[in-house]
Amino acid sequence: VYIHRVRSCSSIRFIKSKYVCVFDKSALKFSHQQRLFRTSPVSCGQIVQFKLSDIGEGITEVTVKEWYIKEGDSVSQFDSICEVQSDKASVTITSRYDGIIRKLHYSIDDIAFVGKPLVDIEIDASKGVAPEEDVVETPPMSHEEHTHQEIKGHKTLATPAVRRLAMENNIKLSEIVGTGKDNRILKEDILNYLAKQTGAILPPSPKAEIVPPLRKTEAVPAAPKDKARRIPVPVSRPIAFSGKDKTEPVTGFQKAMVKTMSAALKIPHFGYSDEIDLTQLVQLREELKPLAELRGVKLSFMPFFIKAASLGLLQYPILNASLDENCQNVTYKASHNIGVAMDTEQGLIVPNVKNVQVCSVFDIAVELNRLQSLGSAGQLGTSDLTGGTFTLSNIGTIGGTYAKPVILPPEVAIGALGKIQVLPRFNGKGEVFKAQIMNVSWSADHRIIDGATMARFSNLWKSYLENPASMLLDLK
Amino acid sequence: MVLQSFKNCLWLSCVLRTPKACFWSTAGGGLIIQSVSSDVYQNLAVEDWIHDHMDLEKQQILFLWRNSPAVVIGRHQNPWQECNLRLLRQKNIKLARRRSGGGTVYHDLGNINLTFFTTRKKYERMGNLKLIVKALKALRPQLDVHVTDRYDILLDRQYKISGTAAKLGRTSAYHHCTLLCNADKSVLSSVLKSPYKGLKSNATPSVPASVKNLFEEDASLTSEMLLDAIAKEYAVQHQIDHHITLINPADETLLPGITNKTKELQTWEWVYGKTPKFSVSTCFNMAYKDSVLHVKVNMDVKHGRIEVCNIDLPEQWLPPGLYSELVKGLTGSKFCPNETTALVTTLLRVYPQDDELHSRWSLLCENMIRLM
Repeated sequence: VYIHRVRSCSSIRFIKSKYVCVFDKSALKFSHQQRLFRTSPVSCGQIVQFKLSDIGEGITEVTVKEWYIKEGDSVSQFDSICEVQSDKASVTITSRYDGIIRKLHYSIDDIAFVGKPLVDIEIDASKGVAPEEDVVETPPMSHEEHTHQEIKGHKTLATPAVRRLAMENNIKLSEIVGTGKDNRILKEDILNYLAKQTGAILPPSPKAEIVPPLRKTEAVPAAPKDKARRIPVPVSRPIAFSGKDKTEPVTGFQKAMVKTMSAALKIPHFGYSDEIDLTQLVQLREELKPLAELRGVKLSFMPFFIKAASLGLLQYPILNASLDENCQNVTYKASHNIGVAMDTEQGLIVPNVKNVQVCSVFDIAVELNRLQSLGSAGQLGTSDLTGGTFTLSNIGTIGGTYAKPVILPPEVAIGALGKIQVLPRFNGKGEVFKAQIMNVSWSADHRIIDGATMARFSNLWKSYLENPASMLLDLK
Repeated sequence: MVLQSFKNCLWLSCVLRTPKACFWSTAGGGLIIQSVSSDVYQNLAVEDWIHDHMDLEKQQILFLWRNSPAVVIGRHQNPWQECNLRLLRQKNIKLARRRSGGGTVYHDLGNINLTFFTTRKKYERMGNLKLIVKALKALRPQLDVHVTDRYDILLDRQYKISGTAAKLGRTSAYHHCTLLCNADKSVLSSVLKSPYKGLKSNATPSVPASVKNLFEEDASLTSEMLLDAIAKEYAVQHQIDHHITLINPADETLLPGITNKTKELQTWEWVYGKTPKFSVSTCFNMAYKDSVLHVKVNMDVKHGRIEVCNIDLPEQWLPPGLYSELVKGLTGSKFCPNETTALVTTLLRVYPQDDELHSRWSLLCENMIRLM
């Protein structure tokens, strides 16, 4: 009598508190029913104890190693439930039923026994139960496109209604967007897909995940007949996109970058950009590349850019400085430890070449090779990644011309190099020629560096690169 | 064997032009395939693929494969416990986690892998191992090899030449095992020795064993001969042609979805992230200027990430702000030297730049990174 009252009344909470203390045994049964009512739209299902089936080879116990589901999750027949291990064999246990997991009988690393309950599943009484034995006849491969979809990496059998519709209409499940849990394909999804194909109007489907047996099944065979008589009307509902947002915590290196970049943006940046004609440098590098290869070293443009920057820093040391926290003191760094931004699996890492002021272009090339191979192997050391005083970012290898680089604290300047493009330019005689043009975008800390200093440094750097022979004059 | 391979190639080139269904269906209750790749991830992906997609009711499969140097851990194992990860990285030896259970093995081209695919009902490891022993004895009758009840194959009653592992799914199963022909034993023993101290976990531990190469017993044996002998015995027992079909694990048309499977096996989340929860409780000494500091570290690692991190340092050795940033930064971060290096070097950027601080920080961080 009380149970009926619960179902018809909307404020369940109120009733629970009112009755629980007055009646003991019936109140318990009462609250049990309540729990079922609240968590599933389908009225009371039957709880079945799913026992651990025979593993073979006379094995009686296994260790539970991983659960793929938790209490409260809904499962379909053939979904993976857990992974157990026995004597070098790892076994994936799959569900025999459609339903909701109500209880896990073991925790990770517990010993589970063959023939004893593994999980309790609440099944929909109207759906019926799969046979005791594992299904021996696997559907032949050619039909799998109509019967199986991949969920969380496991090939999973779709529900009987979905399979029937897919087979009847020759639909590949891989082409359907599933709107159920973990992108499971529901009957609605197939019906929507069909509607889009035929232009038929379908009755709206219930939003609940656990679908009560629908009267609407009959609508589908009727559709082809209706089509002949009805003018196709576009389905008024928006296209169902089942992509789900994915939220992940910010951890590790990313977290550190958040701190660094927040600090960096407190620096008042100003930008300065220019265009460099690398035609002569391109030719020089072509000549020097084979020489470097003979010594076992790959020679790119970066060693030249880095050396020229160091020569420029000798004239404008404020660009190789550091400003203390309170902006009270500027420290002019003696070493030119020039950082090179590198794209790795982690993200943008900046190892630096130490003491460029005493290195030759070849020395720089050797060191760059070393840093690059360590970077791609994920083996850069802490000393490679600390102590930088000035940074160059060769974003042009990925693409782009102009950039707005962000200064990496505790440095005060950074340069971003765009890609080298072949562009028409005028020479001294007013003739058009093919020039190898690269853009550079500098950012500097405006608290201690002014525009004029940046411009003069950039011009000097540019002159070294546009006329590489001039570097010889100033090489130390 | 050369003629056999040539015949196979011809046969394969005809087969490639036919629809893929024809590739898989042969007369008889068995199929013998051999991988042309020595990439451990690609080969493991083939196992996954066959396990997930093939109907083994009418036809069982024997898959033969070899890998370039790699360490393969079992599904539920802890790589830090099982091998010397630092050495692996230095020597560029790959690390893979397979889907079957069991212990850790070292693979190189001197080791052959055999996978027996059957339905779940027909899963039976002893039979497979006895088949291998029979093949070995047919090839070299004087070999003293036998199967133990731990599913190992022993040479001369003492040396392990084969280890076994298995995977069971809903309808299909596979049993794979190794066979040591001519593997590099010195590399094997050095990489399978873990230098990490203070690890506590419920991960499946490996059982170390003395090993020997078949080549050491009989120098005329080669991997090819062994593969051939085993294929022959399998063919006899399944009443099929002694015919090895070559398979390319990168062929997406033949094995649709194989590229994704291969990629998944290489992700950090699979190789390291699937390690069962473990804790690290250790200490190290840091010599700094005139003193030696004793540092105790306790970490809980779950899904390969540091869940809890405690570093017992003398107070004020590092500025408190920086110390708490370090602990906060490590929490939630991957238990990985590369990730940690990037993390600690980036954290340092926003702190006052004095050399004293730098050297203390580097000293501490380098010791922390060595634990990973």
